[in-house]
Amino acid sequence: MSILVNKKTHVLTQGITGATGQFHTKACKEYGTEMVAGVTPGKGGTSFEDIPIFDTVERAVKETGANATVIYVPPPFAADAILEAADAGIPPIICITEGVPVRDMVKVKRYLAGRNSQLLGPNCPGTITPGECKIGIMPGHIHKPGTIGVVSRSGTLTYEAVDQLTRLNMGQSTCVGIGGDPVHGFEFVDVLALFNNDPGTEAVVMIGEIGGSAEEEAAAWIKINMKKPVVGFIAGQTAPPGKRMGHAGAIISGGKGTASEKIAAMKAAGIHMASSPATIGRTMQEALGK
Amino acid sequence: MNIHEFQAKEILKRFGVAVPRGFVASTPEEAKAAAVELGGGVCVVKAQIHAGGRGKGGGVKLVKNAEEAAEKARDMLGKNLVTHQTGPEGRQVRRVLVEQGLNIQRELYLAMVLDRAQSRVTVICSSEGGVEIEEVAAKHPEKILKESIDPVIGLAPFQCRRLAFALGIPAELAAKTVSVMQGLYRAFDECDASLAEINPLIITKEGQVMALDAKMNFDSNAFFRQKDIVALRDLTEEDPREVEASKYDLSYISLDGNIACMVNGAGLAMATMDIIKLCGGEPANFLDVGGGANKEKVAQAFKILLADQRVCGVLINIFGGIMRCDVLAQGVVDAARELNVSVPLVVRMQGTNVEIGRKILADSGLTIISTETMAEAAEKIVKAVKT
Repeated sequence: MSILVNKKTHVLTQGITGATGQFHTKACKEYGTEMVAGVTPGKGGTSFEDIPIFDTVERAVKETGANATVIYVPPPFAADAILEAADAGIPPIICITEGVPVRDMVKVKRYLAGRNSQLLGPNCPGTITPGECKIGIMPGHIHKPGTIGVVSRSGTLTYEAVDQLTRLNMGQSTCVGIGGDPVHGFEFVDVLALFNNDPGTEAVVMIGEIGGSAEEEAAAWIKINMKKPVVGFIAGQTAPPGKRMGHAGAIISGGKGTASEKIAAMKAAGIHMASSPATIGRTMQEALGK
Repeated sequence: MNIHEFQAKEILKRFGVAVPRGFVASTPEEAKAAAVELGGGVCVVKAQIHAGGRGKGGGVKLVKNAEEAAEKARDMLGKNLVTHQTGPEGRQVRRVLVEQGLNIQRELYLAMVLDRAQSRVTVICSSEGGVEIEEVAAKHPEKILKESIDPVIGLAPFQCRRLAFALGIPAELAAKTVSVMQGLYRAFDECDASLAEINPLIITKEGQVMALDAKMNFDSNAFFRQKDIVALRDLTEEDPREVEASKYDLSYISLDGNIACMVNGAGLAMATMDIIKLCGGEPANFLDVGGGANKEKVAQAFKILLADQRVCGVLINIFGGIMRCDVLAQGVVDAARELNVSVPLVVRMQGTNVEIGRKILADSGLTIISTETMAEAAEKIVKAVKT
């Protein structure tokens, strides 16, 4: 079992004719993901790697039955692409695009309220159910099917954690990137709730970073609801206040969003905290008594 | 991105927010002329730097006449102003803002910020203006008032009235206050700001509602549609290495330690800084080379790292995945040769063709320490720097 995506997921690529869209659509297809359609306005009727391209998402869904979408369109048009996907009723919308203005995302979130869409990102690596479906830019080969759920605000740091798990022979049920922007779709809590109800997930790795209060909210939720062990790590313990550490969302402002506050809240919620980014896998082994 | 007070006030004025009359001056003579233009009487000379706490640092002076304005401007211009936000070295004052003196009756606080938990812009205001809002929030949380803004509706007049009456604004000034609040929100929204703050918002004895100070920050993701805002950028206010890095699309932040790091991905870059510290070292910087770190980018990143005189060692941590390690290794070797890197260099890489990459490093003849895990890499660089 898994969450969000599996063997039955049929994926549409929005922005399939751009260099990034092409590269990763090909890589996902090679991994075994069912890439069924592409959308680039004005390029309808053509194809890429035998994948048919349509002018609109509505049309692509109607013709191919796509039930998930991945967005690589450039930042000025990314918010509109999310709206188009939501309007077409696609549940998982995975927005890889980095650099979407916050104002656009505030409006997108308002539009998504009350709809069934499941937005991951923007500025996220995507999601993968190892051996079944890879949507996004993560390297497929470091993953391994198994029972550990992974949820993270980061990209390469998630690969690092997954790599540690795989090397210690702990495969993953699903790995989910929620993105490093201040306004994004799914929060930790949304993904944790799915893992909590997934019989195929035995335990969860949660990787946060400085900025905002999503980790504290997740900790509060975990304390009350989570039935499975959670291992946590927070990046940015040495980050100075007032400096944006790469991700727009990773900034300590007004003394809020520090790593120490987050770590304290997560420990208090019973989360097994890895003190070093190199010991995430080992901490999971210990949490599972292996 | 930050801008100066005088620039923020020009923006607010465009959106109908009243600001004091004033002129920017970069010489004492200009400051004198500005004061004369303002009537030659009482006015205020304010140092223009991108940092708060200017008043306490001696960067805001009340003067009685134009002569005195010139004198105070002479004291400030060209000097470094130290505030609690500038660090001990302070910031050089290149311009002052000379403004009319006002009869202040009340000082309030008004700001627009993004509430991340709500994914909405929030108005924050307080009857306690002219002081640090963080202090008010800590000591008197009940004096902080908020309204969440629906992006479709905008800031509704009723919300502004609710705030104005809660602040104890007299009924005859309610309409003016509503208009200031709405103007500030429109400025925030239309300019893609990430912060817009008026502290203090003043009420004068003559019944004016005015922005006595103004601060705005902007969302760099929106620069493609904010050409006018980008034009306000003052590079002299920014760290020169950070400016240089941004030219090559590298995300670089200077820190206080002596171990430079080059990493792909913001989260992994932060985690690398953390692990250096855990091993007993101090990171010299945050540097994210991004996803497509090619040879040229690696070379540029190297140059920026080594420009920092305090650097005694470099740690490269790349989790490539899709990226080819042989390409990366060649980039590192070429750059290390070209730049004649003399400090210890530890490279940890993972990804496609990692074995070929390690061989390139080993065969280069350079003293590069290659490791498999990031823990090992951090231990080795800390040890190398200490010996």
